[in-house]
Amino acid sequence: MLINIKSNSLTNTGQRIGLMYFRVAIILFAAQLLMGLIAATQFVYPSFLYGIFDFSVARMVHINALVVWMLYAMIGATYYMLTDETGEEVVMAGLGKLAFWVLTLAITVVVLVFIFVQIGPGTEKSIWLINEGREYLEAPRWADIGIVVVVLIFYANVFFTFLKGRKTGIMQVMVANLLALAGLYLAGMFFTDNISMDQYWWWWVIHLWVEATWEVFVGTLAAYALIKFIGAKREIVEMWLWIEVLMLFGSGILGLGHHYFWIGTPEYWWEIGALFSALEPVPLVAMFVHVLYDWGKEQGINGDKPTITNGPGMAWIVTNAFGNFLGAGIWGFFHTLPQVNIYTHGTQFTSAHGHLAFFGAYATILIGMMYMGVQGAYGVKRLKATFNSKMAITLITFGLLGMTVALTIAGYEQVLVERAELGGGWQAFFTAQNLPWYVQAQLWRLIMGLVTFVGFIYLVLDLLTIGKKAKAAEA
Amino acid sequence: MAKENLSVWTSISFWRRSAAWVTGFATILLIWLTFDTMGQISMGTDADLQKGITKRVPAPTVINYHIDYKMSEKRGHEVPVIGKKEPFFGKEWSVKDAAALLHLGKLTSQSKNCMDCHTLLGNGAYYAPDLTKAWLDPMWGATMQGMTGKSTREEAMAEFLQHPEKYPTHARMMPNLKITPKEAQGLVAFLKHLSSIDTNGFPRGFSKTVDQFKAGGTNAH
Ligand code: HEM
Ligand code: HEM
Ligand SMILES: [Fe+2]
Repeated sequence: MLINIKSNSLTNTGQRIGLMYFRVAIILFAAQLLMGLIAATQFVYPSFLYGIFDFSVARMVHINALVVWMLYAMIGATYYMLTDETGEEVVMAGLGKLAFWVLTLAITVVVLVFIFVQIGPGTEKSIWLINEGREYLEAPRWADIGIVVVVLIFYANVFFTFLKGRKTGIMQVMVANLLALAGLYLAGMFFTDNISMDQYWWWWVIHLWVEATWEVFVGTLAAYALIKFIGAKREIVEMWLWIEVLMLFGSGILGLGHHYFWIGTPEYWWEIGALFSALEPVPLVAMFVHVLYDWGKEQGINGDKPTITNGPGMAWIVTNAFGNFLGAGIWGFFHTLPQVNIYTHGTQFTSAHGHLAFFGAYATILIGMMYMGVQGAYGVKRLKATFNSKMAITLITFGLLGMTVALTIAGYEQVLVERAELGGGWQAFFTAQNLPWYVQAQLWRLIMGLVTFVGFIYLVLDLLTIGKKAKAAEA
Repeated sequence: MAKENLSVWTSISFWRRSAAWVTGFATILLIWLTFDTMGQISMGTDADLQKGITKRVPAPTVINYHIDYKMSEKRGHEVPVIGKKEPFFGKEWSVKDAAALLHLGKLTSQSKNCMDCHTLLGNGAYYAPDLTKAWLDPMWGATMQGMTGKSTREEAMAEFLQHPEKYPTHARMMPNLKITPKEAQGLVAFLKHLSSIDTNGFPRGFSKTVDQFKAGGTNAH
């Protein structure tokens, strides 16, 4: 199916390996959405698949498929730009391809075990073979080790190609940032009886990924894409990139403290977490301004003959600028102060933020990179948005916004009733879950999830066909 | 680019150097704070418990004590209060046995994937109640002890965990996770220990006024 996307127009090894990763990413994205729909249905009809495919299983696959498809798309995007940026063929490309197959096989086994074995007895063996049981990092230990080995190979590809070739600013940031991103994974690979210790290090992986290294990664992708799609000037883009790195790491690293308010850790994290995480939206505003400014400038200067070479790709990059700012910046800031977080911590509000942030900051730009991949695969000079591209971006974005609004309303009810009024606890929880407005919100989330899914079908159709059509039109 | 940079504000090398310094500084501060935090959240010892020394994360033998969660005037929120000794599953647990039981409980909580329905310390999924102070939940008093026909909190919890489908309280039910009697004991120990952790007052005003709320939210009689 996805093999239909031809790769024979691709001129270099980096792009070819990149496309391999993109194909798997899309399949995992589909799995993510299906599992999300199952879990959302269970909120509304709790007997749905009860005892057969419980909420915990659907949710586990939902969030793991999410993390893994994004990592695939990120690795794919890195390979894709590697040769172009460095001016060199990928060093040890054969090993890189082998690593791709090993990783894909390992992920398949992990997913099958999640779906069919689901849980194990309370032994170390279960942690090693079945399920580690720590949100987002559920992959069993054997797979962790496999992932580390594969990522090391990927990193070697990037690093040695970089050493051999041109050392652009974009690549400098990429090489340093990827090392941190990969290294952080190690912080999540041990077992302890002390749950406070457990969560302390767990957040090193989760937070320092999504609010530091992944954000910087997005900065590098956006920089590259702006140069490719609208011919932005490299000196300016790269200067911005360093400023973004400064602000993202300056706020995001210590912003980690906003997860250390209530897990057993000392009170000083209130101040550290509040101060630095409150600054986290600043770089997101900067990135927003940067993308929109370059985009606007490009459109303005050329008047009626715009020079955007990849219409749908650019549309997703612009959506990224908005989404990152809204989902991570605004929705994140909402609950980042301890005075607010004491009540919102672990409610549907968190889920609202989680959805809009992951979508706005990452899904958007990675989809943009896939369009870049399609453009390269067919060797078309200008990729224009089709009807399918427009349906995809409209429905997916609308669906996600709708889910976010629904979950925000649900979270608001939960915060007021379960937390503020009733102080948490078993009965407090269910009292809030059964409020009519809460129940309605969950229903709307499901409906908006379906809208998202329809949009996704358009997206897949578009990725499969847009290249061929554009190629035919150019010929 | 211009031949000579007119100002540092448009100089790439200035921003690169600044980015490196800021990142380095933030990282060093984080590592330093991490060392301090590690000291404060490592588990206490049985001797601490006997001497009444409060630890943010007490020793596993805390399961031998009564635990409460009370307002502290000094800190302005609730804190765990470790009280007199009480039997746990009918006996007092030695240092070694308590540690082994907690170990089993933590392993079971992970291999059964509790966190993908519940929150622990507020982190996890939002499909089922937060378990941070579950040990202290009023539901484990008369209601669940009555339903399960058990006479202590720990036995009622262990029974429920093994057969949750038999004791539904709402349309949304916990599934049967094939938890063995031994694993259930471990989980209860894990939850009791969890409730003794000093969470800086999370959750606030724990389980206070469900009855009042149901009666129409007024205190007038
Ligand atoms: C793209 C960037 C971001 C992503 C993908 C993201 C994602 C998430 C996710 C998935 C969670 C829930 C974790 C869990 O399951 O327990 C979370 C929690 C949180 N995020 Fe973000 N986030 C981002 C940026 C931000 C920013 C910039 C802020 C603050 C300004 C922020 C503030 C928070 C806070 C305070 C929580 C804890 C919520 C709670 O206590 O339940 N996030 N984030
Ligand atoms: C068809 C669309 C989707 C549906 C129906 C859906 C449904 C769900 C459900 C039911 C949960 C569990 C929440 C809970 O524990 O209460 C969840 C969690 C989550 N989903 Fe989705 N989802 C969808 C799409 C997405 C997308 C597109 C993303 C990101 C790009 C995403 C990211 C997440 C994250 C990060 C969490 C964990 C949230 C947290 O722990 O705070 N989901 N989703
Ligand atoms: Fe965070």
